[in-house]
Amino acid sequence: MESLDVKQKKINEEYQKYANSISPKSNTVTNCIMAFLVGGLICTIGQLISNIAKNYYNMNTEEASATTSITLILIAALLTGLGLYEKIGKRAGAGSVVPITGFSNSIVSPAMEHKREGYVMGIGAKMFSVAGPVLVYGITASVVVGLINYFFIK
Amino acid sequence: MAQNRIGGQTIVFNNNPPKIISRASIVGKKEGEGPLAEYFDKILEDDLWGEKTWEKAERRMFIETAQMILNRAKKEPTDINYLFAGDLLDQIISATFSARSLGIPYYGLYGACSSMTQTMSLGAAMIDGGYANHVLCVTSSHFCTAERQFRFPLEMGVQRPPTAQWTVTGAGGVLLSSSGEGPCITHATTGKVIDFGIKDANYMGAAMAPAAADTIKAHFEDTGRGPGDYDLIVTGDLAKYGRQLTIDLLKKEGYDIEDRYIDCGCEIYNEEQDVHAGASGCACSAVVLAGYLLKKIEDGELNRILIASTGALHSTISSQQGDSIPSIAHAIVIEKKG
Repeated sequence: MESLDVKQKKINEEYQKYANSISPKSNTVTNCIMAFLVGGLICTIGQLISNIAKNYYNMNTEEASATTSITLILIAALLTGLGLYEKIGKRAGAGSVVPITGFSNSIVSPAMEHKREGYVMGIGAKMFSVAGPVLVYGITASVVVGLINYFFIK
Repeated sequence: MAQNRIGGQTIVFNNNPPKIISRASIVGKKEGEGPLAEYFDKILEDDLWGEKTWEKAERRMFIETAQMILNRAKKEPTDINYLFAGDLLDQIISATFSARSLGIPYYGLYGACSSMTQTMSLGAAMIDGGYANHVLCVTSSHFCTAERQFRFPLEMGVQRPPTAQWTVTGAGGVLLSSSGEGPCITHATTGKVIDFGIKDANYMGAAMAPAAADTIKAHFEDTGRGPGDYDLIVTGDLAKYGRQLTIDLLKKEGYDIEDRYIDCGCEIYNEEQDVHAGASGCACSAVVLAGYLLKKIEDGELNRILIASTGALHSTISSQQGDSIPSIAHAIVIEKKG
């Protein structure tokens, strides 16, 4: 039986190699450029909001950055609801996933999707199905960094 | 002694080859903008079709397709001996909930996207064996219900790789009968579950191509036929790259099918519709067969075809646990005269 398994394994490996060779790869160069442009644009808008908050509403840096995050999240949530964020993401890739707007999109989209299963088991339970891992490991990492900072650096 | 078996995987319908006496197909808006639009019986204006959920919309497509098939054959649900049906959703709720409304004795089948020829193989055996006069075979899929079950929420801004496929929104089916007029089913070749170790759920064509090639090869060996005996050889939803892999795999076995081979996944959408590699889903081969291919056979443009719907038999859990994608293909032969 073992020789049969070895033979099948070889067939599989050859087949997988061949299957990958005939399929086109995603275009990394174009994707990187688009991600850079869109990601950069989102951050520029963020900077604009921050400057307005500081210069016109007399906020300090901390208040201005919170205002910026909240505004970007609101805009991304609205665009998701209107079905536009998905269209941006299709072209921009990581450019619209990595900024805080992508985080907003990853929470609003499952919430919309699962509304029909009810407010508790649908929206409530499924809202963080995509963003959950980011929250779990993001918060865990921040606690670890905070502890290191508290005990060893301060 | 099973006298109607030939070779390892094929059965011949010798007693009373079942006739396809009625057919119908309903598709979504996007499919209705594709090159086969004129062949479909009904095109939805939107994905919800006035229902509260996508699942309910899929069910309604299923039920209306079934009713359309019955109306055309002038039959009542009570005339039908069996409903063989399947879909993609967990616990095949589209088929089962529709069967609840239709009130026909029912076998629910799961063969993923291979469901159409799976249901027709079994339905044909029921009729040829003398166990049924009329068998209804219907399958359905819906882009929105499949996407949320197998992939990401619809509004998530993610990029799809070039090998990704687009699940067909639609329902298609046929009525098989022991008497009446229509194309006949003459053979059925049951597929084995084949797995060449492909793990990428965004490249299902590659996972399913070995299953398609294996079943087609088994069919040729069992029947002693070759590609030249068919006007057209059809696979279910391998799409652009899976189709190429199937051609290459069969060439290695000594069968050149390229000049008479289409894949339903390559036929439903056109290049501008941005679906990447092509179409997939239970409805893919169902609507192409019920809408387009059977029409071509009725019109005499095709006389004898071999069609193998193809299914990827993974689940979201098996994929997350790192398992590869096992696949299957079931082939049937449809002829203008039996």
